[in-house]
Amino acid sequence: MDDVKKLEAFQAKIDAEIKIEPKDWMPDGYRKTLIRQISQHAHSEIVGMLPEGNWITRAPSLKRKMGLLAKVQDEAGHGLYLYSAAETLGTSRDEMFDQLHTGKAKYSSIFNYPTVSWADIGAIGWLVDGAAIMNQVMLTRASYGPYARAMVRICKEESFHQRQGYEIMMVLAKGTPEQKQMAQDSLNRFWWPSLMMFGPSDAESKHSAQSMAWKIKRKSNDELRQAFVDASIAQIEYLGLELPDPELKWNEERGHYDFGAIDWNEFWKVVKGGGVCNKSRIKARKKAWAEGEWVREAAMAHAEKRAERAAKN
Amino acid sequence: MNKQDALFEYLLRIADNALILGHRISEWCGHGPTLETDIGMTNIALDYIGHARNLYQYAVEIEGKNRTEDDLAYSRDTTAFKNLLLVEQPNEDFAYTIVRQFIFDSFNYHFFDALQSSSDERLVGIAKKSIKEIAYHYRWSAEWIIRLGDGTTESHKKIQEALDEMWMYSGECFNADAIDNQLLEAGIGVDLAAVKSKFDTRVSDILKQATLTLPTEEWMQEGGKQGNHTEHFGFILTELQWMQRAYPDMEW
Amino acid sequence: MSTKKEWPLWEVFIRSKAGLYHKHAGSLHAADAEMAIENARDVYTRRNEGLSIWVVPSAQVTASDPAEGDMFESAKSKVYRHPTFYDIPDEIGHM
Repeated sequence: MDDVKKLEAFQAKIDAEIKIEPKDWMPDGYRKTLIRQISQHAHSEIVGMLPEGNWITRAPSLKRKMGLLAKVQDEAGHGLYLYSAAETLGTSRDEMFDQLHTGKAKYSSIFNYPTVSWADIGAIGWLVDGAAIMNQVMLTRASYGPYARAMVRICKEESFHQRQGYEIMMVLAKGTPEQKQMAQDSLNRFWWPSLMMFGPSDAESKHSAQSMAWKIKRKSNDELRQAFVDASIAQIEYLGLELPDPELKWNEERGHYDFGAIDWNEFWKVVKGGGVCNKSRIKARKKAWAEGEWVREAAMAHAEKRAERAAKN
Repeated sequence: MNKQDALFEYLLRIADNALILGHRISEWCGHGPTLETDIGMTNIALDYIGHARNLYQYAVEIEGKNRTEDDLAYSRDTTAFKNLLLVEQPNEDFAYTIVRQFIFDSFNYHFFDALQSSSDERLVGIAKKSIKEIAYHYRWSAEWIIRLGDGTTESHKKIQEALDEMWMYSGECFNADAIDNQLLEAGIGVDLAAVKSKFDTRVSDILKQATLTLPTEEWMQEGGKQGNHTEHFGFILTELQWMQRAYPDMEW
Repeated sequence: MSTKKEWPLWEVFIRSKAGLYHKHAGSLHAADAEMAIENARDVYTRRNEGLSIWVVPSAQVTASDPAEGDMFESAKSKVYRHPTFYDIPDEIGHM
């Protein structure tokens, strides 16, 4: 079959909702887009462990400590599932790590914001994971089989994260004035960055149209962002916290909430490396990787020695 | 000491070991040598903190002063913690962490194994629940000792150095004091001499497979069980208890 | 770019309940088989999903070639392998 026919057959499969599997023929662009997107997603999980991991040793009760540990551990697991999905496309985990460490690969900018209070652990679980879930639920139907399957597993596990975060916020919002203030402050800081997580608006997003045609993505950035805003308002009101945006208002005609303008200058600044934690996050990842090198090597050397001994016997 | 007070102290020692070691291992979360190892170590941290909670919950019942597990973890000061000096030692690097784990697991597994024959039914219940996880740790840390000991020249050197340096904290595991003896006589506690002989056999077997040398430490360090800690301990509490101290008497 | 050797990739299969087949759960990296089993336990059974684990080096899996989809065509036309191909009167009951 020539490439044009192959491409037609490929698109026909996508249109018929037949999943693409690792050994199937696929256009280079599809493969590259998937590797870029899946590895970015995996990096986000791994870098995302850092701001929350920051609070493990300081969690205010044993119950909260265990919940947080289990959550951060899940993120490692999710990163692992995603790296595995990307590996089926012919890249290795080491290569992907290398791209993260050298700044060639991106990860979600939200993790370049610092966690400065315990309430941030609540806000991240509730808003950041909430925003991620919007995206991930859509991705369970992505056209690439291994990606979609990883997403199904991730969504199943992720559902406790958002509930855990909201519960933390609830306890704070109904606690002492100091606690409530802590919750409000955290909501104010994480609200806008959470909205930015959906990416630039549709008009600006360079990868969106092709990804939609390939059914890697099924909803636009703006659609997902709106769904997130709509879902969040009642949750904020239930907490009794002030809305973090004075322009938030129900629009009867649209059947959605209107919200204020997003500061895209801030978004691009953080994406390009200017967030307060961009440098420290990558530094922490590189440090862990470099310090683990002798361990990885030793384990391999030992496995080889054992295999040799077994072959001799 | 009356039996109730002695049992309370005994429970604290076991629980504090689990909490403090769990705290140390949890510091690795997000920084492990591979993703898989990171996930595995976090499981171990979770196991320990879980054991600590079960034991604290029983301890506060025995004490009968309406305290909670969190009161014990978050409101006691240094000298009221009764964990072994071994478990509070810093992570340093993967070699130290694995050696600390290996020494502790080699003790802890046999300790919990014996605890299953205690005359105290609650303690038996806790021991039976925990031993399955502890058996996994026991295997896990020993495998890493073997891998790193019999891995590369570099890993062999690192692990031997860590072993030589940490070994002085191994002796305290088996130091029986008045409380140990009282509870052993009452049929509740564990015979530490019997645990030691199993520990010795296990350690020498694993070190042999790992091509490592058993250290000959002249001076063993002790005191944690009685509340006399190393300089590292205060820093653990500084982090662990910060929220509860900065915002006392609040729900989280 | 690191030139060091990466831990090999393993495919993980998990039996979730007694009586069921092992089912593919995903993959992971491990230096040896023992470690692969332990990693699989830590990664893929965190929520009590398993009773038994198989691990297979991914390099050892031989897969059919999807370009030769024709190899499954032959079975599609062999309807006589299915019970509904044979007419049995209703009064006979379930057979």
